Amino acid sequence: MKRLILLLPLALFLGVAVFLYRGLFLNPQELPSALIDKPLPAFSLSDLKNEQRLVTEKDLEGPALVNVWATWCPTCKAEHQMLNRLAQAGVIIHGVNYKDDGEAARKWLKDYLDPYQVNIADPKGSLGINLGVYGAPETFLIDAQGIIRHKYVGAIDERVWREELAPRYQALLEDGQ
Amino acid sequence: MRRLLIACLLGLSLVGAARAAIDTYQFKDEVERERFRSLTEELRCPKCQNQNIADSNAPIATDLRREIYRMLEEGRSDREIVDFLVMRYGDFVMYKPPLDSRTWLLWYGPFGLLGLGAIALCVLVLRRRKVEKAPERVALSAAEHERLNALLKETRDTQD
Repeated sequence: MKRLILLLPLALFLGVAVFLYRGLFLNPQELPSALIDKPLPAFSLSDLKNEQRLVTEKDLEGPALVNVWATWCPTCKAEHQMLNRLAQAGVIIHGVNYKDDGEAARKWLKDYLDPYQVNIADPKGSLGINLGVYGAPETFLIDAQGIIRHKYVGAIDERVWREELAPRYQALLEDGQ
Repeated sequence: MRRLLIACLLGLSLVGAARAAIDTYQFKDEVERERFRSLTEELRCPKCQNQNIADSNAPIATDLRREIYRMLEEGRSDREIVDFLVMRYGDFVMYKPPLDSRTWLLWYGPFGLLGLGAIALCVLVLRRRKVEKAPERVALSAAEHERLNALLKETRDTQD
């Protein structure tokens, strides 16, 4: 018994070491979204392509990706080709044009193709704040009821799509049927 | 020396200007200004994670300062403003984490460790006291004395 007590500091040390070692591989930039399993925040903003038309959260049909993007964001450009490929493959993608100039955004969509079904113009970033967006690109996965199921911060590439988004999107599609 | 001093003073005055440039809001009174200052200082910028909202130049921090200002103007309480941000950005935006099942270790862990230390100290002190109070138990018999002397002599011999 007494011998075992002598081992206690070693056990404590090992516990702390494992805990800290795990911490080395966590990404501190990654924040869990506070909105998971909550409905999309209510909004009423104009359509990017047709500024006379108002879009609300009910216009975003799910299951779909809701991609927050802007022309001032270089990572969005890197991501755009991937979004085009996904849209061609039949994935529904909606866009939130975050704190951007409408003209520049429309030109961007003409130059680099438009993967979005509905594109919401959010020049003031008000929807962005309600979505807890802190940079672009960010992508939310919503289900058929408009509930946010997942959030990915950063550019979507093949690997992210395959490992993180596709299985969840597929599951939501199957749920809907 | 004097030149250096002047340069330092100039540099310091620039620091003041740079910090003051962040705030361009008009407040009703000093109380509101003070609330704005304390709120932006205790809330964390989600983008540049080791800065508070007051210090950060990230666009999102600017937006959040504007939102906080708007809510102050609307007459919302500090609690409501913090809740507004926590609902959107999570507990992460608070420098002071809330007390719940996930954070009790963080809040009470140090006291627990302090308690363990106190217990260990008590045990050590009590043990020592027990030994000091019972000198007759360590007294040697005559035979043991003889053996001890022999051993001591032996070591002394080998040392010489």
